[in-house]
Amino acid sequence: MRREPPQRLADYGPLFFPAGMLTVFFVVPFATMIAVSFFQREQGGFYTPAFVFDNYARFISLFFGKVLGFSLFLAVAVAIACVLIGIPFTYLLSRSARKIQIVWLVVLLSILSLSEVMIGFAWSTLFSRTAGITNLFVWLGLMAQAQALTPSFGAVMTAMTYQAFPYTVLVLYPALVRLDPTLTEAARTLGASPVKAFFTVVVPALRNTILATLIMVFIFALGSYLLPQLLGRPQHWTLSVLITDQAIYQSNMPFAAAMAVFLVLVSLALVGLALYAGQQRQAK
Amino acid sequence: MRDILNAKLGRRGVLGAGLAGASMLAMPSVLRAQDKSLKVGVYGGFFKDSFDKNIFPDFTKATGIAIESVAEPTGEAWLVQLEQAAKAGAAPADVSMMSQVAMLKGQSTNLWAPLDAAKLPNSKNLIDHFVNKYPDGKIAGIGAVSWYITLVTNTQVYKEAPTSWAALWDKANADKLGLLALVSNSFLLEVTAKTYLGGTKALDTDEGILKALEKLAEVKPNVRLWYRDEAQFEQALKSGEIPMGQYYHDVTGLAASQGSPVRSTFPKEGGIQDSGCWALSRASKKTEEAHTFINYMCQPAIQATLSRKVGTSPTVKRDLLDLTAAEFASVSSDIEPIIPRYDLYQTKSDFLNQKWTEMIAG
Repeated sequence: MRREPPQRLADYGPLFFPAGMLTVFFVVPFATMIAVSFFQREQGGFYTPAFVFDNYARFISLFFGKVLGFSLFLAVAVAIACVLIGIPFTYLLSRSARKIQIVWLVVLLSILSLSEVMIGFAWSTLFSRTAGITNLFVWLGLMAQAQALTPSFGAVMTAMTYQAFPYTVLVLYPALVRLDPTLTEAARTLGASPVKAFFTVVVPALRNTILATLIMVFIFALGSYLLPQLLGRPQHWTLSVLITDQAIYQSNMPFAAAMAVFLVLVSLALVGLALYAGQQRQAK
Repeated sequence: MRDILNAKLGRRGVLGAGLAGASMLAMPSVLRAQDKSLKVGVYGGFFKDSFDKNIFPDFTKATGIAIESVAEPTGEAWLVQLEQAAKAGAAPADVSMMSQVAMLKGQSTNLWAPLDAAKLPNSKNLIDHFVNKYPDGKIAGIGAVSWYITLVTNTQVYKEAPTSWAALWDKANADKLGLLALVSNSFLLEVTAKTYLGGTKALDTDEGILKALEKLAEVKPNVRLWYRDEAQFEQALKSGEIPMGQYYHDVTGLAASQGSPVRSTFPKEGGIQDSGCWALSRASKKTEEAHTFINYMCQPAIQATLSRKVGTSPTVKRDLLDLTAAEFASVSSDIEPIIPRYDLYQTKSDFLNQKWTEMIAG
């Protein structure tokens, strides 16, 4: 059976529903946000429709620049950590017995059912001085005294990586399962060690998947605002935390909208850059 | 789930949207029997439940006016709703309990119908600062309830109770404090001004505010947690993980009475006294009933009931109350309170917020 290109309007029918949903639930809210970001903030009141750049002007400062920089850095760090742990893990998983694979996948999927709140509280307990893992280390004689590991950058990184890890595995898993095992076998026959075969055959074959995973985790981590708040110090608060503060507590919607628009633009630019770089390399 | 946390899990938060319906069902016969009625907005959750149970039925019995209580969200969402409804000539609630900053913001658009002092004879019982007035002297709102934020400690870590807010600055308390994360709910600028700069008047000028911020920045090494979520700090305080900080006097007292090793202390500079007002929407047509209600709530006996049953601090003068010394101490103190500079959070909110965020996150 050959697919005909759509001829009449009715042929586009199946597209109407998703297009409508996309318009109602994405295009309209996003356009509203862009519009609000130009509104005039009224201190001690709300906002009035206008077209001013004040909200963007306020954002362009060293302070917000640093916060934005940290947010991007954190998201990139989480993405890299997820991929570094995710690839060897998923590779080994895809080579193990079917039963073991199922158990692991079910466990990973069940992490997705946990809310960010629960993950945050669980890690803050695990990292606490009074009830945390350091007590175990003391009992084992590895440490002299229990200590608090939160709030710290490490705590934020750990919890965010934990939260994004299931997504990483779910994206990598199909690609690794479909990877032809004869490729590595050929490398082994030609004398490569398993580690060398992994890095010279498996990793390059997965380049596009890895790039896609990095981008997905990056975007996912960029929106996180609860974990940095629960597990980090104020200098670890992301731009999303400050956006929430403005929107919920200061009722400064125009400024919150301007920051959000800025964040979206910067992340789109970074994703575009990554995709462009990926294509360039492939073209060579 | 993010949105749920976002919407504020606070003690005075909206837990009771469902309970609103349930409690209405519980008294439909009362509603039908009365021809006079009044819609009253109260913070959802614990507050609304307590009012529905302990206050409103007696009011209906005494005055014949049926109360339909409405669960309102904390923060400014309710103010926005009232404002927009009033523009359309509607009132989702006739009388609402409003925070002080919301009172000021409502004043700027004349949202609150001026109240008639002649119809509120009991309002003379109130402590003066609980009568909220328009700049021209008309009454915008009447103090409904108040509560304290005090210096709290874990009794196992601190055998001796601290006596002054200066304990927050003590180098011995490095990495031991939990403080509220926002300038507009922690009121730490006022605390700093009262403790070190001779009073909250020092915040009148921008220089004064910057000076207070500079002094406050010295506590940063002592702060382990700047919290938005009250439950997070309460848990850490009880376990001793974060053994000192600022928290609500009534909730801490409740936790102590249930056996947790915590205590709440009124420092010698005073606890922070925050409060809510009764205010009438200008779109309401129930002016008479509203005055009857507000007048009723200003009785010392009702304020005493609120202190006993809801744990709030009375808005009427101490000598009019029949509260025992122990009952009074459980909700309030004779030490002169630190009263937040609500006016600043209206006129200088963006400046304060910007400097504050730079101070703690910078």
